[in-house]
Amino acid sequence: MDTAILVNLFYIASSILFIVGLKMLGSPDTARRGNLLSSSGMLLAVLITLLDQNIIDYRYIAGALIAGSIVGYFAATKVKMTSMPEMVAIFNGFGGVASLLVGSAEYVSGTFDNPAFLGAIFLTVLIGGLTFSGSIIAYGKLSEVISGKPYLYKGQQFVNGILLLAILLVGINMLFIQGFISSEGTLILLIVLAFILGILFVIPIGGADMPVVIALLNSFSGLAACAAGFVILNNVLIVAGALVGASGLILTNIMCKAMNRSLANVLFSGFGAAPDAAAESTQEQGEVKPISAEDAYLILEAASSVLIVPGYGMAVAQAQHAVRELGELLEDNGAEVKYAIHPVAGRMPGHMNVLLAEANVSYDVLVEPDDVNPVMETVDVCIVIGANDVVNPDAKDNEGSPIYGMPIIEVDNAKTVFVSKRSMASGFAGIQNPLFFKSNTRMLFGDAKETVSTLVSEFKG
Amino acid sequence: METQIILLIFVLVLSIFLGVELITKVPSTLHTPLMSGANAISGITLVGAILSSGSSEIVTIILGTAAVFFASINVVGGYLVTNRMLGMFKKK
Repeated sequence: MDTAILVNLFYIASSILFIVGLKMLGSPDTARRGNLLSSSGMLLAVLITLLDQNIIDYRYIAGALIAGSIVGYFAATKVKMTSMPEMVAIFNGFGGVASLLVGSAEYVSGTFDNPAFLGAIFLTVLIGGLTFSGSIIAYGKLSEVISGKPYLYKGQQFVNGILLLAILLVGINMLFIQGFISSEGTLILLIVLAFILGILFVIPIGGADMPVVIALLNSFSGLAACAAGFVILNNVLIVAGALVGASGLILTNIMCKAMNRSLANVLFSGFGAAPDAAAESTQEQGEVKPISAEDAYLILEAASSVLIVPGYGMAVAQAQHAVRELGELLEDNGAEVKYAIHPVAGRMPGHMNVLLAEANVSYDVLVEPDDVNPVMETVDVCIVIGANDVVNPDAKDNEGSPIYGMPIIEVDNAKTVFVSKRSMASGFAGIQNPLFFKSNTRMLFGDAKETVSTLVSEFKG
Repeated sequence: METQIILLIFVLVLSIFLGVELITKVPSTLHTPLMSGANAISGITLVGAILSSGSSEIVTIILGTAAVFFASINVVGGYLVTNRMLGMFKKK
């Protein structure tokens, strides 16, 4: 049999492994095996590719494969679970830049002048480049190397418009004119513009909107691989890239819905950069009622149902283990304990779930807002740990609020609410939270981990 | 050549629909592992990178080798970190 046909048969096999693997990732029981299947699909694709007869020299391939694998291995095994969002961001970026380089390599080898191929190269370099620089900025924001605040400037739309126009012109030159600028010049210009586009795309987006950005960049890294598939006319790249592109888009959509905002609003509004009109309507709030951990313990001891609502603050304080311990003690005390997790809590989709899994919390006690809101009245105590905007009652009561309409966890309907919070500073979005002033709310000021640990030691008494 | 492109576009469209069907059912608990697992799959660009890295032209080799390096970080790191996360998801 022709080797090319054989190679393609194996590519089909690895595509099937990706598809089945992704399907199995859909259920906690099979997810780990699914990931294993998907990785064996990748191994198969790589091994088969190495048999390609056009490969002249294996030394560079081997060197880069080994070096990359070592870096990947250490990154994956050493990273802390709380740093997972930035890890995912940087891996996205590496996927993007790899596609960019593949597109560039094909372009400089210059074996074709068909506009369809050149168009594929254009898209590969553009998407790969913006995925890379966007991911680096996202990494910077998530690891707090650069400020997580949304960054807006005057004439932003204008600058973006000019940039898009420039990219379009470069594209036209690349595809149809060829020669207005030299081909190397065109490529370098395109890469630079793609990088700038990625930076400008992520810079205006604030920390709390990061789940959307991460999901979208994830989608882009797939689309870049997909475009690269059109450059080298390879099925498996197209299938795998499209699967990733689709999954990223779905996650993006889920995240937007969870905030009741459109994608355009998330990307372009610089949410929280200028809290203006809404702040006024929430001035006359009354007083907050602090409570000591000792008094909180007495109430918790009498509670028969407890709902824990974690947020980004829990991740920052690394409080997940202490929270799990508290949950277990409450259960031993006879209370029913559940964890309510908002889809956009934290900095990436599923962030809280991973942290609680790390702390050994069983995943079947994690519930979503829709499950828990209807029965909130029956909850004795709700403990909010480092969450703010996702429990803000303004989202349903105050039409003037920027987050009005966002589905929230309606903790204010519980009999008693404890809010663990560092201080009275408003949340990420700069929006006041009337929850803190409600008559059934008690504030547990201080570091989340310390507060929860104090509660734990009270229980152990 | 044109027929090949049309065929690839056909594959692309079907794959997107398949991807949408596959992922819509994923529970939110698994969103992070799904994302990092999908991210590892996007490292499939490694296949293209290997072919470029093994060529005979110097510029192509340089670009291709760099691509192999980044893509293999993406692939190895992505799968391992996903596996590590999924190992923690337990039911009591």
